Amino acid sequence: MREVAIVSFAQSRHARRDLRNEVEILLPVVQEAVQRSGVERPFDFTCSGSTDFLQGQPFAFVLALDAAGAWPPIAESHVEMDGAWALYEAWVKIQTGQAETALVYSFGKSSPGDLPEVLSRQLDPYVVAPLWPDSVSLAALQARAWLEKSGRSERDLAAVAARSRRDAKGNPHATVAGDFAIDDLLDAPYLASPLRKHDCAPISDGAAALVLVAGDRARQVCERPAWIRGIDHRADLHALGARDLTRSASTRIAGEKAGVARRPVDVAELHAPFTHQEYILREALGLAEDTQINPSGGALAANPMMVAGLIRIGEAARRIHDGSARRTVAHATSGPCLQQNLVCVLEGE
Amino acid sequence: MSQQTQAADILSAPHVLEYPYRRSVGPVLSRFFTALRERKIVGVETSAGRVLCPPAEADPETGAAVSDRFVEVGPGGVIESWTFVAKPRDKQPLARPFAYALIRLDGADTALLHVVDADPARLRTGARVRPRWRAETVGEIGDIECFELETSR
Repeated sequence: MREVAIVSFAQSRHARRDLRNEVEILLPVVQEAVQRSGVERPFDFTCSGSTDFLQGQPFAFVLALDAAGAWPPIAESHVEMDGAWALYEAWVKIQTGQAETALVYSFGKSSPGDLPEVLSRQLDPYVVAPLWPDSVSLAALQARAWLEKSGRSERDLAAVAARSRRDAKGNPHATVAGDFAIDDLLDAPYLASPLRKHDCAPISDGAAALVLVAGDRARQVCERPAWIRGIDHRADLHALGARDLTRSASTRIAGEKAGVARRPVDVAELHAPFTHQEYILREALGLAEDTQINPSGGALAANPMMVAGLIRIGEAARRIHDGSARRTVAHATSGPCLQQNLVCVLEGE
Repeated sequence: MSQQTQAADILSAPHVLEYPYRRSVGPVLSRFFTALRERKIVGVETSAGRVLCPPAEADPETGAAVSDRFVEVGPGGVIESWTFVAKPRDKQPLARPFAYALIRLDGADTALLHVVDADPARLRTGARVRPRWRAETVGEIGDIECFELETSR
């Protein structure tokens, strides 16, 4: 395997509604990531993640390329996935020997539409989508199944929300942050029982970008490169009624393939847009009690669609860059009820 | 343009995207929808003998094509998980508060996502439900207007 490191990371302030258009949100983020990387353009490879459904236009990602500098000789690709999967493609490209540097970015502006309704269009168009189940209701089906199987309570869910929002006070990019008493959170009505508003990630507009560099060149441009020591992604069935929603088999396998358990994990950034999913992911990855979970506040603090997974990787890399952690794990998810999952292990030297 | 640009300075306009499609459901789901039109629910057997309802074209455990054996399931079934939607969205099937539920119909090995019209105080995992059919059925998932608790009358 070729050694590949994340040498820089940048993200926007993830607002509930950002009035700038996608290129305007993305441009300063890409510029910041590029400038911090110490790598001169052009990059050998550029890869982005987004979904056209948020913009309501086929191939909408092409317009966003303006923010990356889309002129020859750019070699560019796009995934209709969270940017974490764009990073995976870029990592593979570097493994093939066709690239030494790569720019990875993603963006998602959810505010123009009704996000829970837009997301319902990704479901089976014949037997599920005609019933218009929104993303919160589907997560709630998983939450109840998990609560009843695990014996945990809604208070345990609120505890995740309170911790995430508290930790997000130190995150200038967060959409939601602050001190909340668990009892007060539990006084709120259900959005879709057993989930309340605090159990659900906020809807956010935002973007993120990072730069990958291979081998010794990463050591030249970055004081403490965040080396990708393992990365893998796996999928579960899309049919919600045909899989065990209380576990995440795909996360478990991806975590094993990425080598999560080989050594202790200082920090894990888990992409859990709903509180109960953090518990499911912790179990699937076999994380120890002393692993710090989502010091950024996680997706419960800011959840720009198609970006929040890449942000998990960027936040996990940032802990290596600043020397506060030696080994971190990042997780990204896509699809309803943790259908598809990516796990990335990062280490400093 | 500065990030502090005021909302009043930035224009917005509606953008409506509508592309009508005419999709073919394929032979497996055709059997399911044809049965619904006759107020019956069918599942399909995998080669291992598991019954998938809703039917799928491939066995979720092996990826092999399913058999051509369609078996009637339900109409009653058991709630495997549920969520009560207190404020339904405009496009959702019922205008009054309702539940989405995963329902394992009698004789099926997988669960169907559908709607349950019930008082939330009486909903629970494991409760038995049965379909309430529309007066006119046309061969779509909405031919079942919703499910209701078996003990409700």
